[in-house]
Amino acid sequence: MISVKHLKKSFGKLEVLKDINAEIKQSEVVVVIGPSGSGKSTFLRCLNLIESITDGTVTIDGEVITDKSVDINKLRTEVGMVFQQFNLFPHKTVLQNITLPMITVRKWKKEEAEKKALQLLKKVGLEEKAGVYPDSLSGGQKQRVAIARALGMEPKIMLFDEPTSALDPEMVGEVLEVMKELAQEGMTMVVVTHEMGFAREVGDRVIFMDEGYIVEENEPQSLFQHPQHERTKAFLSKVL
Amino acid sequence: MDLRMDIVVEYFPYFMQGMGLTILMSVVGVLMGCILGFFIALGKMSSIFIVRLPFVWYINFLRGTPLLVQLFLFHYAVLPTVLGSTTAITSVMVTLSLNSSAYVAEIFRAGLQSIDKGQAEAAHSLGMNKFQVMRHVLLPQAFKRSIPPLGNEFIVLLKDSSLGAMIAAQEILYWGRAAAGQYLRVWEPYIMVALMYLVLTLSLTYLLNYLERRLDVK
Repeated sequence: MISVKHLKKSFGKLEVLKDINAEIKQSEVVVVIGPSGSGKSTFLRCLNLIESITDGTVTIDGEVITDKSVDINKLRTEVGMVFQQFNLFPHKTVLQNITLPMITVRKWKKEEAEKKALQLLKKVGLEEKAGVYPDSLSGGQKQRVAIARALGMEPKIMLFDEPTSALDPEMVGEVLEVMKELAQEGMTMVVVTHEMGFAREVGDRVIFMDEGYIVEENEPQSLFQHPQHERTKAFLSKVL
Repeated sequence: MDLRMDIVVEYFPYFMQGMGLTILMSVVGVLMGCILGFFIALGKMSSIFIVRLPFVWYINFLRGTPLLVQLFLFHYAVLPTVLGSTTAITSVMVTLSLNSSAYVAEIFRAGLQSIDKGQAEAAHSLGMNKFQVMRHVLLPQAFKRSIPPLGNEFIVLLKDSSLGAMIAAQEILYWGRAAAGQYLRVWEPYIMVALMYLVLTLSLTYLLNYLERRLDVK
């Protein structure tokens, strides 16, 4: 589904991703962990080209997205993204947040889009919030709307960039619950998170990144219980 | 000191005409300034240096030279050369439009750049193209934030239109000078002129406050 070969990313002189190689299969849930500054968010953002790629190739669903000729906007409809800061549009209602890309990008009719959006809101348990503005939602509710908005494009892959890091602790659960459901439905997911419980329970594979490299990857149980590298051990001893 | 009210009464119809012209020139200046200013803001935000350069200097020139000098330049030199001839009103409207476009461009630019980067990222991540992101996500938010500084700019513009009197555009101050010249009195005409501008700017202030409140509700 996703194939990453020798991916490099620099911001000016600062090389954030040094040589990333990864394969992600269909319906796989891959959790990316690592200390801050390790490049895990940047790695995620390269997968839908929100960050431009300095060198290397990324292939998604058979299409080489690092090619100049690739239709970036079409690619992004296939790869949904959920952000740490939700990034809902504050001037649009919850429903409009979800229908806007459906209408502008997918060219669906308004009624069609609204029907679909309501279904998605139901899925994340927020259908009664359709008419309100994001201001009046809690963090957990905002993030669930953001997930529904991304799902509206019917993506094949979902990227989650620390989706629960900006939430109050009591709201983390409701967001993880929605993500878990999504994983069970067979969505291919790449999740950058500090929620080790989620990684263990839902993740098929955990990737540990440090200083721009993938240091180690394995099934959650093996990685958490028998880390092979010193850096992984040091990191896990701090977070577990 | 005795005030001669008969001067005020005699000139009142002219002052009203002048007020009409002041309003007309200001409205044209504001509208054209907003339209031009929007495109200049976009130009100045270009990531390509060569594209950005003319817009930067357009703004530098119009903000860095006195409006009166610009008015003389356009009225006596630029417009007669370009159009063959010009009227005082045309010159004032053109000069106000261009001058305000520079200030409005900076207001819009500040408004657009104040929108959190995550907004554009989220919109792009949903597959929206640059135009759609601008049209549906950035502009509506930036415009709302631009309303208070735009209001200030409109008030400044309205007062600046009085410079039109220097090239005999028949706006409020023109008639004040005419009355002063005819009766050799300075108090009545200029107090009258000041009061009329005050009425206009205060009305505009209240209108803008109302608009700000209305738009805050979403």
